[in-house]
Amino acid sequence: MSSKNLDTLYRQVIMDHYKNPRNKGVLEDDSLTINMNNPTCGDRIQLTLKLEDGKVADAKFEGEGCSISMSSASMMTQAIKGKNIEEALKLSKVFSDMMLGKEYDEDDLDLGDIEALQGVSQFPARIKCATLAWKAMEKGVGTEKEEQE
Amino acid sequence: MNAREIRQMFPILDQEVNGKPLVYLDSAATSQKPVPVIEAIDKYYREYNSNVHRGVHTLGTRATDGYEGAREKVRKFINAKSTEEVIFTRGTTTSINTVAASYGRDNLNEGDEIVITYMEHHSNIIPWQQVARQTGATLKYLPLQEDGTISLEDVRETVTSNTKIVSIMQVSNVLGVMNPIKEIAKIAHENGAIMVVDGAQSAPHMKIDVQDLDCDFLAFSGHKMCGPTGIGVLYGKKKHLEKMEPVEFGGEMIDFVGLYESTWKELPWKFEGGTPIIAGAIGLGAAIDFLEQIGLDEIEAYEHKLAAYAMEKMSSIDGMTIYGPKEASKRAGLVTFNIDDVHPHDVATVLDAEGIAVRAGHHCAQPLMKWLKVSATARASFYLYNTEEDIDKLVSGLVKTKEYFSDVF
Repeated sequence: MSSKNLDTLYRQVIMDHYKNPRNKGVLEDDSLTINMNNPTCGDRIQLTLKLEDGKVADAKFEGEGCSISMSSASMMTQAIKGKNIEEALKLSKVFSDMMLGKEYDEDDLDLGDIEALQGVSQFPARIKCATLAWKAMEKGVGTEKEEQE
Repeated sequence: MNAREIRQMFPILDQEVNGKPLVYLDSAATSQKPVPVIEAIDKYYREYNSNVHRGVHTLGTRATDGYEGAREKVRKFINAKSTEEVIFTRGTTTSINTVAASYGRDNLNEGDEIVITYMEHHSNIIPWQQVARQTGATLKYLPLQEDGTISLEDVRETVTSNTKIVSIMQVSNVLGVMNPIKEIAKIAHENGAIMVVDGAQSAPHMKIDVQDLDCDFLAFSGHKMCGPTGIGVLYGKKKHLEKMEPVEFGGEMIDFVGLYESTWKELPWKFEGGTPIIAGAIGLGAAIDFLEQIGLDEIEAYEHKLAAYAMEKMSSIDGMTIYGPKEASKRAGLVTFNIDDVHPHDVATVLDAEGIAVRAGHHCAQPLMKWLKVSATARASFYLYNTEEDIDKLVSGLVKTKEYFSDVF
């Protein structure tokens, strides 16, 4: 087996999000709160979302975890803010495909920093770290969508 | 004891992982298997695979002899009075669940207490939570000293005449502490309680004498002691087992089956419903032979030396926190740690790239993580095939990890 290149995992932009997380905190008032954890390793995230007119008006997260899970949460909140719910879910699908090493369809989506997490797909043990925040978002947006429908 | 020679008997250790020679430091999760164990299982399937306790045919007899022979090996291994007291299970978890579901449900009432500690593995917490809910009994936690050890004074204060069950691990899978089971058992008995011992982390590494400990039950797993997965042991004093109801019903465990009522086989078989884990038991028997040939006292002393060496080397790294007692004499062969500003998952990933396997996470001990005020830790655990060279590689891997993370920041 060839040596894994750690630099494909720990990209500069990931470490930047880990060290300086964006959208860290808790949204007050009529926000949606989703708590999720990864029972196998102890990572946990609390995501608060403010959904307005079918859009993600604001998103914040709190949590404890490794560089991958926390930077992914930071990037996720950054990416979905201002997007409508369909777009947010589409991003999540793209991200999930990226983690599985599948071809993903970017369409006209702006992945921004998220692309830096692509290297995680080569570290199967760490994929769950990266997807935690996205699963929380899907859960939150999903329940809201059901209520509307 | 010559660890280098012993290492040759573990074929899995002779490989490269991520381009580096494998350094396996996760034996507290599961140990590797030596050739005699692999061969015993292979031989069983190639030569005498058959169901036990039923066939009249030759293979059936050979399989039964192999399976029951393994039980006798376990009896001797833990110095039980009789093989009636040795029940084969799927592992420590099933063993403790059996005690909780059978002895616990029959003997606990509202107002009774079950005493466990903050350091327990989930498998010695949740079965008691469940039986406490079902019976109205109260689950009490024994506090820990600052260094993670148990004080007998605390035991005397926590265990009362209302306590019916005390259940404690002999060696902690996180703190590495060795608990004074014999003394705790004495206090439990003085208060009319029984003593249950989680031996998952002790049976592989030290001599256990259930009569000397005077424990009422002992649970342990084969896979952590060079045996295969899927096989474990529940030892119980005959006076308890005789009165206990089986937990699983079906084939193998019955004496007479009527339309509406049935009776059970005698001990130990009444607790072994269904076709048992025959190859697993035979593999465990081979593992016991292997360990006894080296000597459990030898293994314990050697691991002690490794732990002392690791403690010394690891604590010289800046920003290193080691959990549990500082004195190596109080510890078994594992070191749980954190490095400042690097999450344990990231530590484990960087080490893995160096071919070094350690565990990261909560180690199935969430209440203990809460007590330690951390969400996760990394752990290096040693066994008889590890050497000081492995620890040197770990230490240089940890230094590399620190450097790597200070560079990328």
